[in-house]
Amino acid sequence: MFEAFFRYDFLQNAAMTGILIGLVAPLLGVFIVVRRLSLIADALSHITLTGIAASLLLEKKVSGINDLNPVFLGMAFSVLGAVLIEWIRKLYKNYEELAIPIILSGGIGLGVLLISLADGFNTDLFSYLFGSVAAVSRSNMWTVLFITCIVIIIVFLFYKELFVLSFDEEHATVSGVKGKWIHLLFILMVALVIASSMQVVGILLVSALMTLPVASALRITKSFKQTIVLSVLFGEISVIVGLVSAYHLGVPPGGTIVMIAILILILTTALKKVSIQFFWTKRRA
Amino acid sequence: MSDCKIVEVKNVSFKYEKEWAVEHVNFSLDKGQFVALIGPNGSGKSTLVKLILGLIKPTVGSIQVFNELIKRFNNWQEIGYISQKSNSFNAGFPASVLEVVKSGLVSRLGMFRFLKREHTQKALEALKVVEMEEFARSSIGELSGGQLQRVFIARALISAPSLLILDEPTVGIDAKHVTDFYDLLGRLNKKTGITLLMITHDIDTITKHATHIACMNKTISFHGTSDEYNQYNEQDLKPSYEHMDQQLIRNNYVEVTS
Repeated sequence: MFEAFFRYDFLQNAAMTGILIGLVAPLLGVFIVVRRLSLIADALSHITLTGIAASLLLEKKVSGINDLNPVFLGMAFSVLGAVLIEWIRKLYKNYEELAIPIILSGGIGLGVLLISLADGFNTDLFSYLFGSVAAVSRSNMWTVLFITCIVIIIVFLFYKELFVLSFDEEHATVSGVKGKWIHLLFILMVALVIASSMQVVGILLVSALMTLPVASALRITKSFKQTIVLSVLFGEISVIVGLVSAYHLGVPPGGTIVMIAILILILTTALKKVSIQFFWTKRRA
Repeated sequence: MSDCKIVEVKNVSFKYEKEWAVEHVNFSLDKGQFVALIGPNGSGKSTLVKLILGLIKPTVGSIQVFNELIKRFNNWQEIGYISQKSNSFNAGFPASVLEVVKSGLVSRLGMFRFLKREHTQKALEALKVVEMEEFARSSIGELSGGQLQRVFIARALISAPSLLILDEPTVGIDAKHVTDFYDLLGRLNKKTGITLLMITHDIDTITKHATHIACMNKTISFHGTSDEYNQYNEQDLKPSYEHMDQQLIRNNYVEVTS
């Protein structure tokens, strides 16, 4: 089942990148979910598409930049989108959530415009939307490894600040936590992880990898650290099983990864229900 | 300012866009006092607390905390704070009681210093003070309102603050647990000498526990010991909510018509 992944370079790239993303996306996802920012991941993934479209357009219209990796411009747009979201949130203090639909629709609108200007692309845009086992290059894998290391170091260094900001923002402020800077740093990490995840999971499904494993973990955990560990575990299972089955079925990995994550969610929900019923039966007896 | 002054508010006023929330407040808090800040809704109590905590800046006047101007103050581990919002926190948050209590060490540790095993011991000790050590491994969402407030006190106490500020901590808690909660605060105040400033509406109960009462209606209309406050009560001169409400209406009326 895994033989092909040991034999072919392109599959090794996809597997390695997938494993890194399966670690880092749910790790940030835990903070995203508990801070009720799940939709930010969607907005940033859509603005990443704009970056991809801009890169592909440049590649087509401007001679001499054939080797431009679309992932880098996608990352730049994602980071820009993150900064814009923060700026709009400050602009509309009483309607902060407006920032998300503005960036999401703006990103898609501009993306469609850029795609139309290029009269369609030679490159398979489908692989950016839903992921591709074959699309991950060795250089992409190194980029994702670099981003993963940065994210893990930052989360490790600022773990207690991120926890206190997520649990009680006012308490964090009174404790002297520089909430604005840490939030900006966090949202920039989210932007980078989203942009780097898109080749495996696809732009339209990347937010699922950040939220679904966390949703499953939330059903059965009692502490924050447990939630992180289980979310990462569920993320890894989803990515590995999803990638292998996508390769064998010949379908985009985004779909299989998300469906495995959904299956885990169903299982954990069922497990919780069974354990509650068991508890009550035991108590009555 | 003497050394025993923990907080000194000098002629402070604060305006939210068009409306003055706090006007010409002069107020001080001495070391070891347990002050209950009372007043009707909209009288500026929470705003005053936010000003003392530096969460908002005064429009006029100055505030000193631990002999330092609030804008220069950075010794946040000296202050514990339990906000009104603590009552309405996300009950589904996946954290254990221990994790929440340990998060109170953020101000004392500062950046780039990590929580260690000894901090778990400290958290257990703080939970013991509030008689909640048996719930250390429980999920925070499993606790009742009264138990939650005890956990938040433990979170505030773990950094060994000299001042604990509580903004309506008993909202949503039944009468029996409110009395238990005030007993606990009174014991802490006497035993450890911690200075307490608490916003509350439980006037009858709090006078038995607090050492001082401050009545507020945009400005401080009464500030004295609990005995002095009760004396006023006996003489029917107590600045009651009805009286304060009338004052509030007058103030608004003057502002609207002027």
